[in-house]
Amino acid sequence: MRVTQGTFSFLPDLTDDEIRAQVQYCLDHDWPISIEWTDDPHPRNYYWEMWGNPMFDVKDAAAVMLELAACRRAHPEVYVRVSGYDRRLGRQTTAISFIVQRPAEEPGFRLVREEGADRQVRYSTIAYATDKPAGQRYAPRT
Amino acid sequence: MTAAERPTPEGGPGAAAPEAPLYVDLDAAIRETPVAEALAQLEDDLIGLRPVKERVREIAGLLLLGKVRERAGLQTERPTLHMSFTGRPGTGKTTVAMRMARILHLLGYVRKGHLVVATRDDLVGQYVGHTAPKTKEVVKRAMGGVLFIDEAYYLYRPENERDYGQEAIEMLLQVMENHREDLVVILAGYGDRMDTFFRSNPGFHSRIAHHLEFPDYSADELMTIAEGMVAQQQYRFDDGSRAAFREYIARRMRQPHFANARSMRNAIDRIKLRQASRLLASAGRVAVDELRRIDAADVRASRVFREE
Ligand SMILES: Nc1ncnc2c1ncn2[C@@H]1O[C@H](COP(=O)(O)OP(=O)(O)OP(=O)(O)O)[C@@H](O)[C@H]1O
Ligand SMILES: [Mg+2]
Repeated sequence: MRVTQGTFSFLPDLTDDEIRAQVQYCLDHDWPISIEWTDDPHPRNYYWEMWGNPMFDVKDAAAVMLELAACRRAHPEVYVRVSGYDRRLGRQTTAISFIVQRPAEEPGFRLVREEGADRQVRYSTIAYATDKPAGQRYAPRT
Repeated sequence: MTAAERPTPEGGPGAAAPEAPLYVDLDAAIRETPVAEALAQLEDDLIGLRPVKERVREIAGLLLLGKVRERAGLQTERPTLHMSFTGRPGTGKTTVAMRMARILHLLGYVRKGHLVVATRDDLVGQYVGHTAPKTKEVVKRAMGGVLFIDEAYYLYRPENERDYGQEAIEMLLQVMENHREDLVVILAGYGDRMDTFFRSNPGFHSRIAHHLEFPDYSADELMTIAEGMVAQQQYRFDDGSRAAFREYIARRMRQPHFANARSMRNAIDRIKLRQASRLLASAGRVAVDELRRIDAADVRASRVFREE
């Protein structure tokens, strides 16, 4: 199951040239870029691991692409996303965020229905990947 | 009118096929980029520096022609533009580097055109594993623009073979080779020490396409530079102070730690200080012009006139 989230969730995965163009758009708007990664695909997992610090003082997308390449090399089999933060007063929020790498196999989610009193049903989703401990969730690419 | 549509001169063969124009309009190419203006500003704002200005002009010309060639369908390799700027203190190396970054940007050679100035302290770490991330941060910041490494020879400490500077040097060499599209590196420093540095680091020398030498300024040039600085700050010399300042320059040039144009800037700062205390000491009503005028006494109070 292809996990989607963020700004371009409705699009096919971006190519590196497209990622570079989006990143340059962010930098041109003074949105510092962060690179984050995780092997927990749950949509409510907000706390991804940071790859280095947010890049406050770069002006050109080439620098971000350099870090992205390094992150992919270190974590070839996990989700990686890029986000741009708009720090302007009145906005102060993530302005853009999109997935730039995903595992080759995405096993998807189990839907759990918990039946309560009065025919009430509560739902939760559990990623099959998180059945395994962190760090062992996605097979290394062959 | 495109080049292809231009009437051929002297009744030559008819119009060329549109995909292979026979003529290109160089005037138009020059007019299209604001680079001519930037070059003219370089010419006007900076006094002297004839050989430097000529080299900048040549480099700009090469890039401009590259663009024209590309448009005419000719294969054009992106030239390597890493440079070295050598010259004594205050000869305008940093100033020209800033202009250079802008010119390279106007010609589309670098994408952003900012200047990042770094010295050894910004690049070299204090302990094992500290240098690579530091150098990488600086390189990342400079991407899209120009990385200006001031007093580059401090990176290399031959007397200490375990010096971390070597690590920074190796990273920079790699960046200069593999990221030619992303940034221009300018190494700057004093001539003789840069020569030694290049001799011990031939890798740098071979990656640098342009060596620009910044000559010392003549006394006349220094005077013109000083006049410019004074005018820019809305002060003015009168005849007495102008003569005094000429004398100041002649004396200052002979003294140690002379730093060309920077010495002029510093001297003017101190003159402004003395002018302010002189005016305040006299108090009362003063003409507005007196706030601008530099008196000979403001100049002659300098210690330069006392020492002989
Ligand atoms: N040709 C010039 N015309 C006008 N002003 C100049 C000229 N050259 C230098 N200056 C002024 O002199 C000062 C010092 O110049 P700059 O910092 O570029 O020198 P530098 O060669 O980089 O010195 P250092 O080697 O000590 O770093 C600056 O304030 C600059 O504006
Ligand atoms: Mg300097």
